[in-house]
Amino acid sequence: MAAVFRTCAHTGLKVHNQAERLIKVHAVAGVLSILFGGIAALLVLLTRWPAVHLLDPTNYYRALTFHGMNMLIFWIIFFEIAILYFAGPILLGSRVAWPRIGWVGFALMAAGSILIDVAILQGGADVMFTSYVPMRAVSHFYLGWILFAVGALLGVCNFFATLVVARAERTYEGSISLVTFGGATAAIIALVTLAHGAIIYIPTWLWSMGYVQNIDAGMYRLVFWGLGHPSQQINVTAMVAVWYLLATLTVGAIPVNEKVCRTAFLLYILFINLASAHHLLVDPQLSPAWKVWNTSYGMYLAVLASMVHGMTVPASVEVAQRRKGLSKGLFEWLAKAPWGNPSFAALVLSITLFGFMGGITGVTFGAEQVNIISHNTLRIPGHFHSTVVAGTTLAFMGLTYYVVPLIWRRAVVWPRLATFQAYAFGLGIMIFAGGMTTAGSYAVPRRHWDVQFANSIFQPPVEPAAYLFLGVMGIGGLLAVLGGALYVVITVVSVFFGKRIPDVAGAVPLAAVPQDTGKHTPISGTLVLVFVFLAAFIIYYFLNWKWLSDIWLVK
Amino acid sequence: MSIQTLKGVWWKKVDPSEKVWLGIALLWCLILFAMMPLWHLKGGQNPSFETYRTTAAMFQAKVDALVQKAKVGEEKGIPVIAPDPKEDVYMLGRLWQWSPVLKLKKGQTYRLHLSSMDLVHGFSLFPLNLNFMVLPGYDYVLTITPTTSGEFYVVCNEFCGIGHHTMVGKILVE
Amino acid sequence: MADKEEQKEKVPLAQAFFDNIFLLLVLGIVVPVVFYTIWGLLEIASIPLAK
Ligand code: HEM
Ligand SMILES: [Cu+2]
Ligand SMILES: [Cu+2]
Repeated sequence: MAAVFRTCAHTGLKVHNQAERLIKVHAVAGVLSILFGGIAALLVLLTRWPAVHLLDPTNYYRALTFHGMNMLIFWIIFFEIAILYFAGPILLGSRVAWPRIGWVGFALMAAGSILIDVAILQGGADVMFTSYVPMRAVSHFYLGWILFAVGALLGVCNFFATLVVARAERTYEGSISLVTFGGATAAIIALVTLAHGAIIYIPTWLWSMGYVQNIDAGMYRLVFWGLGHPSQQINVTAMVAVWYLLATLTVGAIPVNEKVCRTAFLLYILFINLASAHHLLVDPQLSPAWKVWNTSYGMYLAVLASMVHGMTVPASVEVAQRRKGLSKGLFEWLAKAPWGNPSFAALVLSITLFGFMGGITGVTFGAEQVNIISHNTLRIPGHFHSTVVAGTTLAFMGLTYYVVPLIWRRAVVWPRLATFQAYAFGLGIMIFAGGMTTAGSYAVPRRHWDVQFANSIFQPPVEPAAYLFLGVMGIGGLLAVLGGALYVVITVVSVFFGKRIPDVAGAVPLAAVPQDTGKHTPISGTLVLVFVFLAAFIIYYFLNWKWLSDIWLVK
Repeated sequence: MSIQTLKGVWWKKVDPSEKVWLGIALLWCLILFAMMPLWHLKGGQNPSFETYRTTAAMFQAKVDALVQKAKVGEEKGIPVIAPDPKEDVYMLGRLWQWSPVLKLKKGQTYRLHLSSMDLVHGFSLFPLNLNFMVLPGYDYVLTITPTTSGEFYVVCNEFCGIGHHTMVGKILVE
Repeated sequence: MADKEEQKEKVPLAQAFFDNIFLLLVLGIVVPVVFYTIWGLLEIASIPLAK
């Protein structure tokens, strides 16, 4: 089968038709998943909002399991594999190494996700996406996990194989691009993740059918989180790669220093996966030494990496803008940025919310002792909706508005609505996650149908403030659901009915990359912003230790 | 450009304006790390690592023996015990109940053993917000000192089936 | 011309290391598997029985 290529008129990239098709199917499956997960999000949201309390317990737990699986696992991983087919073959101008394997992988992922969704909707898997043993689901739920993980693994291997092919066939000289390097980082993390998935789900599947007698609950939690948490680290890494990509597409940014950016990715490769320990900090089966070392990603070096990216991405935007002449004062570059471009709006909101909300809360709750006052309360979903939703999902949404014109070669319908979509989703999640995290600091549990404990033998008194913040969560959540629904509608309508874009340069407006003047361009605006960030971080971090010191003594 | 392959050398010197942030960020990360061992040395709230393997039957027997010895009443069908701080205190979680109810004294230190008879549960002291995991097969010993008095509740905060939200126990401190 | 000269420049060792994705892959597997998984499993295996 000879590879068929086209050259993209807008970017000059050489595009293998198999890569393009694989991107399309993975992206479609991703958007379908976010649609399913989004419907469940609305139902779960309206149940956790005490003023509404929509579903009955069974349906709430079922919808929550469905939401977690479709969002966290299906939407994110389908989209990530699509990104790998872009960052590998397309950015290197290479063919996909194994097109057939690519399709087999996709088919396995699709089959796995269908099996899981069916199991949940049948009522056979009301176990949450974590399915902690000895809680048991029907066996095709675990089989679905195995198929999905193996399928994703094939997609990842295809990426590595493509790197080899591109090098052997000399489609490029020198080093791979920064975005490809970020993709490779995500792929490395993914291999570790999916391997843990196989290690834990194969025995659990056998156990669900009665072939294995007993699976230790502590061991399950350890290995499961070797799957569950790193899959979030793939997100983070893919998101950062998308930040660099969007900065280039929207304002023509160039990484300020490749060495700094790539070293930060290297720190992810080495250390980020240790943070699976975040979930086990108040578990009985592991020692403080293990907890402290792993939860800190080996002395917080992966946090350092995120703090570096959080500086280098805005700095690259600042440099590009200043070189275009927007260099008055500290912030003209930012004030005159393309705020009306949905992808730029998504980029800025993604960086800001990921850093200020997701990052700060994550590192704080992940301190071994502070976890005592956070674990399994609403603080935790509050935290991760600011990382994986406000951060990753929003970045992926921003990217979609380039995937549609460049890959589908259709114009995005209603571009102004798309801009509104990005803001609505970002601000909605900000309010939602802020309300949720704060409600959690009043000990309101996560995964819990009844904030008032009306049906239990004892009725603990709940702080009135907790209800207030759950209301904030509800309102923000509605705005986010609106933003999410618009995303699905705009994307689907554009793909089917958007105006076809002619293959001529300039038909898709891409930001020009300004000339390198050879002189150093200041990044003073960015430096101000990152120090504001650091101040917020320090305050929130130590406030939590103060709150911790107010509870009972325990050791 | 972030999407172009790079020819030649990109391993170049870092500008001082970036170095400032790199240095300060690294310093902050080391502070973040230092806080945890420091709190183990000086702080009053640390996760315990006194853990034993057990079984539901073994643990139930210990709870029963303690209830026999220290029972002072009953609330909603659950025994209430007032244990002596010198002896070990046992509390079990099962679908969907925490047992027994504890009556503790403020300022006294207790060795509280937690285990589950069936699925994974979450021990959340409400409304104080102190959380630990309770796993079947593990006897987790928390050495706790109540520093406030009043009525406290044990809310299960790990999903444990359809009755999860009804699983609430009680601890009284006087 | 300028381009060609650049290519002849010697690539620093550090840069070559970053270009070797498969070496990075091995490191990225070994570090978490040793510190997180194996260390964790060893601790779980050595928990004593309750008296
Ligand atoms: C439209 C926006 C969204 C809304 C309003 C929303 C709302 C919620 C709510 C209310 C919960 C329940 C928390 C609880 O009861 O414990 C939840 C859980 C969760 N959400 Fe979302 N969500 C949204 C989008 C997303 C996205 C995009 C993702 C992933 C990429 C995601 C991942 C999760 C996960 C993993 C859980 C935890 C499930 C569990 O505890 O097993 N959500 N969400
Ligand atoms: Cu429970
Ligand atoms: Cu529960």
